[in-house]
Amino acid sequence: MDIGLIARLLPHFLQAAGLTILISTLALALGLAVAAGIAAARLSPSRVLRGFGAAYVSLIRGTPCLIQLFLIYFGGPQVGITPGPFAAGVIGLGLNIAAYMAEAIRGAILAVDRGQSEAARSLGFSRGQAMRRVILPQAARLMIRPLGVNAIALVKGSSLVATISVVELTYTAQRLIGSTYRPFEVFGIAALLYLVIIHTLRRGIDRLDRAYAPG
Amino acid sequence: MSDAPGRTPMIEVRGARKAFGAAEVLRGIDLTVGRGEIVAIIGPSGSGKSTLLRAINHLETLDAGEIRLDGRRVNLPLRGRAFERHVNALRRQIGMVFQQFNLFPHLSVLDNLALAPMRARGLDRQEARALATTYLERVHIPEQAQKYPAQLSGGQQQRVAIARALCMRPKIMLFDEPTSALDPEMIKEVLDVMVELAEDGMTMIVVTHEMGFAREVADTIAFMDHGRIVEALPPAQFFTAARTERAQLFLSRILGH
Repeated sequence: MDIGLIARLLPHFLQAAGLTILISTLALALGLAVAAGIAAARLSPSRVLRGFGAAYVSLIRGTPCLIQLFLIYFGGPQVGITPGPFAAGVIGLGLNIAAYMAEAIRGAILAVDRGQSEAARSLGFSRGQAMRRVILPQAARLMIRPLGVNAIALVKGSSLVATISVVELTYTAQRLIGSTYRPFEVFGIAALLYLVIIHTLRRGIDRLDRAYAPG
Repeated sequence: MSDAPGRTPMIEVRGARKAFGAAEVLRGIDLTVGRGEIVAIIGPSGSGKSTLLRAINHLETLDAGEIRLDGRRVNLPLRGRAFERHVNALRRQIGMVFQQFNLFPHLSVLDNLALAPMRARGLDRQEARALATTYLERVHIPEQAQKYPAQLSGGQQQRVAIARALCMRPKIMLFDEPTSALDPEMIKEVLDVMVELAEDGMTMIVVTHEMGFAREVADTIAFMDHGRIVEALPPAQFFTAARTERAQLFLSRILGH
């Protein structure tokens, strides 16, 4: 192990880690917003919306994330959309994780006892009121864990955007191999930085889960 | 029944039918409940008691037949928003108490009571809480207002659930086996509250296995079996002179121990 080399590379890596955090955060925000919409569609009384939601989930989960990224980045220009690597990365990762998160949200809502919505409806609440006032506050706690698992998967999955030349951790590591010929140190640092990001995220999720614990 | 002449009954059920797949749960039910009348529905499990009760506030949709609340049709062939408006308005006039209480665990007792008056009746928070306090006193647990449902005993939770329904000032109260999930020593405190409600003139339909309550409090006992009301009689007659063999058999089993 070459400590001097590691010290020289570290600034590049920290910058790259910053980009990994940024792209994951933006994809997470996009993913949560889309996931909320898809979950609502899947639980909607409208058959058309339910069908759309189910199709979205099975399409996204039934194909590799890498292909989805390529479709957006390389295939986009063919249909008149030319996103930069960063935008394509955020959109691809966000739309991908949305399918998984939609299922986490839907699962949490369905896990709330049926009697709760019956009690709310029997008091004259509309479907929307029952959802907002009674079901969602209880489901929110149940979705923290599964959404957290997806957020962690998202950070790890963000390494895929290296293939469309977003200069994040994995891309930076690959590029530095070319100038250093020291793959063990280079990928070791990259792995360590992912670990730090994910460990921090996991602690945040634990804290959130405890804050919403009952009692 | 107990209706004054010329007044519409509170509940009228005519020819109610309901099947879940191949299982016919309601096979032509007729039932009239007058104002202030207490009807106890008894019968073996699976006889359709709960389904009938749930059809009255439209938690179940009938396949055929009609139900009227205070002269107005409950089950209308409406869809979408019009249906939503109709059932929401209807359910505000019907109080429902469930076997499993179904209190909202994320809200304090007071907010469990105040939520519906605020959202569905448009009271402001202060009015709703004042109303909630009044009804907590009526079920004799005003001191539990700030607690959460999980901190209460089963009997206390069910009394909160009754108070929550009363906060909507319903025309009728439906009880779906209100004491079946309770420890024996808590049954009485819930039944006592129901007796007081009955004495205040509330119209009530109670699905129950509490024969003592049915005998003492009900004006009419409706015995259901296989999706039909087999007999509907005043308790004195029902318990001593049930006409059908099925009701006699049921009574001998349930009173035999």
